[in-house]
This record gives sequence, structure tokens and C-alpha cells, in this order.
Amino acid sequence: MKLITAIVKPFKLDDVREALSEIGVQGITVTEVKGFGRQKGHTELYRGAEYVVDFLPKVKIEVAVGAALVEQTIEAITKAANTGKIGDGKVFVSPLEQVIRIRTGETGEEAI
Amino acid sequence: MENEIFQLQYALDTFYFLVCGALVMWMAAGFSMLEAGLVRSKNTTEILTKNVALYAIACIMYMVCGYAIMYGGDIMLSTITGDGVTGAEEPATYAPSADFFFQVVFVATAMSIVSGAVAERMKLWAFLAFAVVMTGFIYPMEGSWTWGGNPVFGMYTLGDLGFLDFAGSGIVHMAGAAAALAGVLLLGARKGKYGEDGSVKAIPGANLPMATLGTFILWMGWFGFNGGSVLATASVDSANAVAIVFMNTNAAAAGGLIAAMVTARMIFGKADLTMTLNGALAGLVAITAGPDTPSALQATLFGAVGGVLVVFSILTLDKLKIDDPVGAISVHGVVGLLGLLLVPITNGDSSFSGQIIGALTIFGWVFGTSLIVFGIIKAVMGIRVTAEEEYEGVDLSECGMEAYPEFTMK
Repeated sequence: MKLITAIVKPFKLDDVREALSEIGVQGITVTEVKGFGRQKGHTELYRGAEYVVDFLPKVKIEVAVGAALVEQTIEAITKAANTGKIGDGKVFVSPLEQVIRIRTGETGEEAI
Repeated sequence: MENEIFQLQYALDTFYFLVCGALVMWMAAGFSMLEAGLVRSKNTTEILTKNVALYAIACIMYMVCGYAIMYGGDIMLSTITGDGVTGAEEPATYAPSADFFFQVVFVATAMSIVSGAVAERMKLWAFLAFAVVMTGFIYPMEGSWTWGGNPVFGMYTLGDLGFLDFAGSGIVHMAGAAAALAGVLLLGARKGKYGEDGSVKAIPGANLPMATLGTFILWMGWFGFNGGSVLATASVDSANAVAIVFMNTNAAAAGGLIAAMVTARMIFGKADLTMTLNGALAGLVAITAGPDTPSALQATLFGAVGGVLVVFSILTLDKLKIDDPVGAISVHGVVGLLGLLLVPITNGDSSFSGQIIGALTIFGWVFGTSLIVFGIIKAVMGIRVTAEEEYEGVDLSECGMEAYPEFTMK
């Protein structure tokens, strides 16, 4: 089992969600986040004075998947979130030790 | 028959006066929204508190002694009765209490100008203490020399010198800005506004829809401000004058808005909304001293000159490190002066020398006395919140509550 964490552009969230549903992902968690990468921030203008916005808004998507779905999930996210421009985001994959469904007490891939 | 016509005229003029006064009262809402929009969200509750409190203080102080200082009569309005001023030489053409109501909302307008300029760092109670003196004494004194017709300390009479200020570019707006400037100079800039290398940092306002609504409310209230200053509407002549004043007031605001927007676009490369809003107000201030004599085209151009001037004035004040979060000193002070100087172009009853002497008198008096009063308050109770309170926001330190408790991220 893997926990796949993706940081994507907010306007790509709908595309990513659809792509994940298509490949059979059962659930995702979405958080509005801010941060910077190579895109850095950008400058805005207010009453003639420039100011730097250091952290840009992004959406963080977390998906827990079984071994069979890992490659497909990564592919779905990278495809759907890609615009070819700087700031498209990243996908992080980390091992997942255990999953428990609270309602039934199921564990492991059963619980995903 | 003649008496009946007089009664009708009296009733109509009084009614018009009261409606215009109510429109000017509504400008307090405009200032509140404009200022609440242009400060950061952590300072919203406090700026709103200042705005509602200063309005009420102005109403009480002008009743207690302000009106008496400005126009004569006794304190507490005790000589104003329902049917006229006791001992007045001529019968009034409108109810005297309507005159008080119309005048008192102007005092509040002048005081509203101060709150925006000192926003985000001035102590609430120190500000309210100043409001008491400003609305009860400082403004009524200069008002008595201008609209009141009294000689300045017995030395000279502004009206005789060719000073003319129809609805108060100088008497109300520049006076408010002069007090604001004194406060800002004693307060200093907001923390983080100017870098050590002299750079100007942006401190964006929290809510531009609110600032836009405030500007439109002020624009609407201004029809009462200028239109009511005709003082009558119950004859063909005065009705025509009122219509011209409405037309020109509106035209000047439009001219100022477009001019400021284009100026901002040319200087910054973007159409800055806050500058654009300031431009509309600058156009309104510019026409206020003489909305009755220019043509509609002249009024539009006068407003446009104000709109261009206000952008450069805001940038210049920032270079001088005079921190004015809402641009009040530029809009009401610099453009207020411009408004006075534009009057002789279309009105032969005024003169440039008279306008300049009048402007110097008003500015000198209000700025000087404000500096003294702010100085005394600073020595007695302090006028600025602590650095920590400023960082946390004056909403918490002064009012103990946030404006948006459910979605303010700390």
C-alpha cells in the first residue's frame, strides 16, 4: 500500500478528481495549501507599491491505494494536472504501513 | 395668498434641507465602508467603532457648543425653537432646527476624514478625545470665519476678500485633512510601511468590494452635501441651481474617476482600483467649492484635474513617508485646496487672493490647533498602540473582538 500525495494547481483539481474516479480510486482527501517551489511567488501592485506574494495557493491531494493501483494513480494525476508550465506541482509516494476502516474495523487493502 | 405661498415655500425648503441632511448623514456609512475596506482585516472592528463613535460625538458636541460658536446663539441650542431663532433679524425661510441638522452632518464628515488617515495604529480613546475638541471647537471656529461670516480674530473678514467655498472643499474637506495631517505626523507610519532603504511597501486593504461600496455611498451622499448647500429649492431659480449642482457634482466624480484610473494605468501599468476610487472622491472634492457656476464640461474637467492630482499626491506623500492608509490627506486636503483655487475660473464673485488667504487661514488654524491637541493627548495618555498590539491588530487590543472571527487565519 502506498500513500500518494500530490500538490497541484487549484484549477486542475476537478480534472484530477475525474481521472482518479475513472481508474477506480475510492476516495481522496483534499486540502488547500500554500507554498513555493521553483515557481517562487509573484509580485502584485497596490497603490503604486510592489509587494511579493511568497506563497502561492495550491491544492494537496492525498490518496491511499493498494499496490495494483499505484502506477495508474501516479499516471492519472500527472496527466490530468499537467499544463506544461512552471508551477504544475509534484507527486510524492510513500509507503503506507496500515489502514483501518473505523466503521467495520477492516484493515489493510480491504480498508482502502 | 402671499402668506400661503410663503408657507408652502417654507415647508418645501425645509423638507429639501432635511432630505439633503439625511443624504450627508449617509456619507458616514460611506466613510466607514471605505475605511474598513482599505485597512487590514485585523483592524476592521476598531475602524468601524471609530466611525460610529465619531459621528455620535460630532452630533453631541455640535449641539453642545459647536453650532453656537459657528453661527451664534446659545449653547445646547437653547435659542433654537420650533418656529425660528429668538431675536433673529429676518424671518428664516426654513426651519432653524433643519439648519442645525444640515450643519451637524458636515461636522461629522470633516471628522470622518481624520479616522482614515490615522487608521491601524492610533489608540481608540485618544482619537475620540481629539474628536471632541475637533467637532466642538476647532471646526466651529473656522466655520464661524467662513460660513458664519465672522472676522478672523477681529482682523479680517474672508468674505470681503473674495473667499468663496460653496459646500466646503476647504471648510470641511481641507479642514479634516489638515487635522489628519497633524495626527499622522505625530503618530508616524505604520510598522512595515517604509523600508530602511526608503522603499515604500504595500499594505493591501482587506476588502475592496467594501471600499467600492463606500465610494458609491459617498458619491450618493455628495448630492446632499453639494445640492443641499444651495439652501433652497422652492423657486424656479433655486430649483435650477440645485439641478446644476447635482449635474456638476456627478460629472466631476466621473471625470475624477476616469482620470485617476488612466493615470494609474500609465504610471503603474495596471488600473489600480483603490486609486480609481480615490479619483472619484477627488473629483467630488474638487467641485465642492463651486458646483454652481461651471458648465458640465468644465465640471468634468475640474474633476479630472483632481483625479490626476490625487494619484501624484498619494505617491508624493509616500515618498515623504507620510503614511495615510486610505489617501485621505491627498483626496480631501490637496484636492480640497485645488477645489478652492478652481472657483475664480468660473465665478467672478471670488478672487484667487481671497481663496489663497482663506485656504491659509483654514489650514493654519486647523493644523496648528490639531497639532497642539494631539500633542497634549500624546503627553497625557499616548496616541499610538504598542508595537505588539499593532502587530496583533487593534481590533483585539482596543475592542476585544475580531471583525471576521470565523475565517481569520492567524
